[in-house]
Amino acid sequence: MSEFIALFEYRFFQNALIASVLISILAAMIGTYIVSRKIVFISGGITHASFGGIGIAYFMGINPFLGAAIFAILTGTSIEWISNKGKVREDSAIAILWSLGMALGIIFVFMTPGYTPNLMSFLFGSILSVGQSDIMIMIILTTITALFFIIYYRPIVYSAFDPEFSKINGLPVAFFRYAMSVLIALAIVISIRAMGIILVLSIFTIPQSTAMLFTHNFRKIIPLSVLWGLTGSLSGLFAAYAVNIPSGAAIIFMLTIQYAIIKGLMLLKMAIKTGKDRS
Amino acid sequence: MSNVIARLNQVTAGYNGDAVLRNVSIDIHSEDFIGIIGPNGGGKTTMVKTLLGILEPFRGSIDFPQGKIKIGYLPQASQIDRSFPITVKEVVQSGLKPKTRWLPTFTHEQKQSVERLLEETGLAAYIHRPIGELSGGQLQRVLLCRALINQPQLLVLDEPNTYVDKNFEGELYQWLQELNQKMAILLISHDVGTISSIVKTIACVNGTLHYHHSNKITPELLKVYNCPIDLIAHGNVPHRVLKKHD
Repeated sequence: MSEFIALFEYRFFQNALIASVLISILAAMIGTYIVSRKIVFISGGITHASFGGIGIAYFMGINPFLGAAIFAILTGTSIEWISNKGKVREDSAIAILWSLGMALGIIFVFMTPGYTPNLMSFLFGSILSVGQSDIMIMIILTTITALFFIIYYRPIVYSAFDPEFSKINGLPVAFFRYAMSVLIALAIVISIRAMGIILVLSIFTIPQSTAMLFTHNFRKIIPLSVLWGLTGSLSGLFAAYAVNIPSGAAIIFMLTIQYAIIKGLMLLKMAIKTGKDRS
Repeated sequence: MSNVIARLNQVTAGYNGDAVLRNVSIDIHSEDFIGIIGPNGGGKTTMVKTLLGILEPFRGSIDFPQGKIKIGYLPQASQIDRSFPITVKEVVQSGLKPKTRWLPTFTHEQKQSVERLLEETGLAAYIHRPIGELSGGQLQRVLLCRALINQPQLLVLDEPNTYVDKNFEGELYQWLQELNQKMAILLISHDVGTISSIVKTIACVNGTLHYHHSNKITPELLKVYNCPIDLIAHGNVPHRVLKKHD
């Protein structure tokens, strides 16, 4: 027990805890939008394409996450643009951007002379190495996103639910859809720092799926996703420390276990209820 | 006539440069109840989207002689994602016109009007339910409330009778006839037989538009314009049509 308490005195662990809380809140809002609009695949495209930006940034010697952010925003907005024009099959376009981004990333990382960065930390993340500046960016982005959701909750939901009707009704639908794709891109990139490219989508989808076991009201899914994101990522963080396994993987494992247990309990409850009704 | 509220003027429209609709002109009057029939892909929805301003025509114009009018729109059921986590109340509210375009807040009266309309239409018990829990007919009723909440002068319905049971269909047609006392209605359908009995006039859209200033479907209409081709697919409807001609 004292070992656990000592853990909280480490700066890196404090940072990891703060990052978990911030990402849980940020991903709850953005993820609810992603899951509701069924654009998980688009988000996967944004995530993987951003690796191209990381590679180029390394090659040019600038901050890799700046490169990732630029790539992610460009991918997100161009997919939104493509789906509006409807001339190219949207899913094919996503697959192309997805793999092109990964390819560019590998090429440029390979071409970077001297020190080769640890690819593993980009692919699987390292929440324990999150620094003070990362936390600052997370705080700023989470605040901006929260304000945007509070002020524009209605247009965000309306333009996601039925864009055509909302447009007829005079809502600036295009603005809200593009604004959301920029926020999605930024939220994904900042979360990659902690969760990695391959694992990051989990925090944007699993807590939401767990929340949707309880409610199908957009407004209520967000706080419930914060809750499930927090319990999953914090327990994952402690589990990672306790058994000495990578934190990103441990968090996803916990998020999924949580979902499975709740789903299982609900099925059990239903089975008991129907059993009672029959007798 | 002076009570024209909307006018399509030699409109040619379509998608990606291909015209689906050619040189279509029609006047819509304030008391009209027009049934728009025609085969799938004939341009019914294209025409309506042009009228609603979500599709720019290649040529021609859409005019509102008495100034901008409020239009209520009920899209095709297939356009609605029923698993989207949104409540009945939110759906109907989304039809309200916010006071400002950029900060959509609604007045107390507007919010009350939503509740009142849901009560009048027997949906009060479902007000906080997500739409995924509704039946096809209930959802259509909610979407019709969304179209009506602004008290439009023109109501446009795109195939309102798909995915609903016959019971609701009858209810709907009665409701539409009541609404027609207050507003013009444009009803798209491929079910010619049923709508011919409730609409006042019929417009046939198959690339071009043929407007009949009556609700009688004649064999000429069907033959000469080669109009509702998918009639053949609807078992007993042609039978009903021939009967009407008698």
